[in-house]
Amino acid sequence: MNPELGNFALALACCMAAGQAILPLIGASRRDARLMALAPALAVGQMIALITSFACLIHAAITNDFSVQNVAANSAVSKPLLYKITGVWGNHEGSVLLWAMILSMCGGAVALFGRNLPSALQARVIAVLGGVAAGFELFCLTTSNPFARVWPAPMDGQGMNPLLQDPGLAFHPPILYTGYVGFAVPFAFAIAALIEGRVDAAWGRWVRPWAVAAWCFLTCGIAMGSWWSYYVLGWGGYWFWDPVENASLIPWLTGTALVHSAIVVEKREALKIWTVLLAIGTFSFSLSGTFLVRSGILNSVHAFANDPARGVFILGLLALVIGGSLLLFAIRAPQLTAGGLFAPVSREGLLVLNNILLCSICAVVLTGTMYPPFMSLLFGKTISVGKPFFDATTIPLAIPLMVFMGFGPMMPWKRAQMWPVLRRLWWAACVTAVALVVATFQIREILPVLATATAVWVICSSAADIAERLRLFRQPLGQSWQRARSLPRAVFGAALAHAGVGIVVLGIAGMSQAAHRIVEVHVGQSEMLAGDSWTLTDVKPAEGPNYTALVATIEVRHNGRLITTLHPSKRTFASQHQTTTEVAIHTNLMADIYGVLGDKHGDDANPTYVLRLHYNPLAPWMWLGGLIMAFGGALSLSDRRVRVGAPRRAKTVDVVVVQ
Amino acid sequence: MTRKSRRLWLVVACMIGLGSAAALTLNAFSSNIVFFMAPSQVHSKPPPADRTIRLGGMVVAGSVRQEKVKDAPVAIFDVTDGQAAVTVRYEGILPDLFREGQSVVAVGTVNPDGTFRASEVLAKHDETYMPKEVAEELRRSGKWDPRFGKAPDAASWNTMTAADNAKKPATQTP
Repeated sequence: MNPELGNFALALACCMAAGQAILPLIGASRRDARLMALAPALAVGQMIALITSFACLIHAAITNDFSVQNVAANSAVSKPLLYKITGVWGNHEGSVLLWAMILSMCGGAVALFGRNLPSALQARVIAVLGGVAAGFELFCLTTSNPFARVWPAPMDGQGMNPLLQDPGLAFHPPILYTGYVGFAVPFAFAIAALIEGRVDAAWGRWVRPWAVAAWCFLTCGIAMGSWWSYYVLGWGGYWFWDPVENASLIPWLTGTALVHSAIVVEKREALKIWTVLLAIGTFSFSLSGTFLVRSGILNSVHAFANDPARGVFILGLLALVIGGSLLLFAIRAPQLTAGGLFAPVSREGLLVLNNILLCSICAVVLTGTMYPPFMSLLFGKTISVGKPFFDATTIPLAIPLMVFMGFGPMMPWKRAQMWPVLRRLWWAACVTAVALVVATFQIREILPVLATATAVWVICSSAADIAERLRLFRQPLGQSWQRARSLPRAVFGAALAHAGVGIVVLGIAGMSQAAHRIVEVHVGQSEMLAGDSWTLTDVKPAEGPNYTALVATIEVRHNGRLITTLHPSKRTFASQHQTTTEVAIHTNLMADIYGVLGDKHGDDANPTYVLRLHYNPLAPWMWLGGLIMAFGGALSLSDRRVRVGAPRRAKTVDVVVVQ
Repeated sequence: MTRKSRRLWLVVACMIGLGSAAALTLNAFSSNIVFFMAPSQVHSKPPPADRTIRLGGMVVAGSVRQEKVKDAPVAIFDVTDGQAAVTVRYEGILPDLFREGQSVVAVGTVNPDGTFRASEVLAKHDETYMPKEVAEELRRSGKWDPRFGKAPDAASWNTMTAADNAKKPATQTP
């Protein structure tokens, strides 16, 4: 019964989405208030229907309803409850449903929080979201229905890939998907603006909070994904330049550019056409990223089942959404008027530079990701590009980006003089110089040294920006505190997000100095790594709910003092004949001590064990920095400028007549 | 600052940005692209010793053995595409899904003596999964057609004869 209810709710949502796509558009062009008023109602209705549908699927998974094919293929009675729930989105059908649900929630959010928008714009935005949602719900219903039944129902399910049985799966996909899908809202705003033929400062002010919110989720999602692969896959690395990782990085890069260029639209009414294009591009990259990867076109560890019907549907849908929006852009963009003037040395000028560099990095990553599949498709050559390629191309572009990042927030709008800005940054420059010298003597490798110096520069210049605005140390502290209270939170948010980037880069630079050893030892034997002595004291079998495990005990001592005891293990899942490696990590926030248990060799009387030992300096900073960036974005979202004082359109603007 | 000169600045800045991106990409492509090779290709045309390649094929059943070099364990196994086999030496922990008779991709360089020094060994998440390159190579060598069931066990390949292949429908590309 319940799966049918879920299926019905999904079909109902699809119908509502179709109505939501068409009726408000007609209403907006005819200025029919009743049809336009349908938009929020349908959006909220669709959201409720999809939440119901998703709840039904979770219910089926919890109650072990193996007559549902998706549950039978991905769940099992013995699986712990948490993984029964998270397993719902650990497969193709469930993740598409989650995707659709988040998209409908975006529509609902625009309906509920967008009441201060002009009704025609709101109706069009919701209509565009409805159109995209209708396409994906149709995809879900026709080619990957999560509620499809099997008959006869099996007694037990096949179980889930043990690698996915990890608490990280509970948070990482939903947050990452919210980031991906969240960029649908700026996309819908861009399409609505193109239909209206009008982009102005008010539009920039409306679209920016949505872009920032999506950016926060995407940043968080990428950071968590990186952390997850660090502790689940047990290779000691944090980023593998895998197509899926790149598919999340590419929209992040263009999304970051969008968040910055929208500021220029809001403040100066310049870069309007470019911002619209970025909004379209970011969502297009999110869409093609999620679906090209999951359809198996890009060869990747993350690819789910490979089914030609799905591939064709997805390609058609992508072509329709991306091609249609680009066509609309090509027709309407020339009608948008150019905005305010600015000198090359100005806040706008540096934001343009930020956009150019971010888009260049994006182009490089895109080339590196798409070149191998195209080569094999067109010329039948199998090649791959990996870390050396991406290191050699992205780092030289990222370093100037970081250098300019320090100047950006200090620059006045429109026209700026370099000298006053430089004068305010002198101490940041001094600290950077000291960091450069210290790092050169410590590391002696050119790229990590440069990365360290630029990271210190970014952090210091963000601090200098805040200190300057508070007139810190030039006034009594009480007055600075007063200034801090009256300063918009967006300023703190921006500084925090920039400092977060610096912290991430410091973490990456630290990781480039990581040390590791692979050793084969008897129980009781000690090995040295990075000045610590690692002793394997014990290896014991253990029982889990649906696996058996071998748990090692490793004592790590520094100069005889016990630092930590690690318990890495190896789990064997009987139902899938698969083993997974459980890493043990001890962190003191300055470095991670990371141990992996490998194979057992020799006979049972005198066994030896392969161990992999890692010492990863500054590793936690990468994820901490990512969270700080997301927090900075969230802080600027809580700015009262976003909440109150609904932006109004200027009355005297030249309206482009829409036929 | 007029509109025209602003546009000029923008165009120049864009050209510099994208130009340097293109230059970096081309430069990196010339030195950092990793080609995929099957064992028989490694035998016929060995790559230069400093060139990183991806070697793919099936792990020959019964070929996996362990050695210990200065406390560090070294795994040694043979990878075959049915026509030739290459011995791979890998210092490290083999991935959880590494099995004899299953497909594997090793990243590394070819030693002067013809053995392969792997810096990374990849076996994919799913036990029924076969890397695309390996499947392609098996098809090309005529050992397996995915339309006719599962991949044969690697142990049987060197004993397969042309007659076995001739029995299969002649749908394979040469």
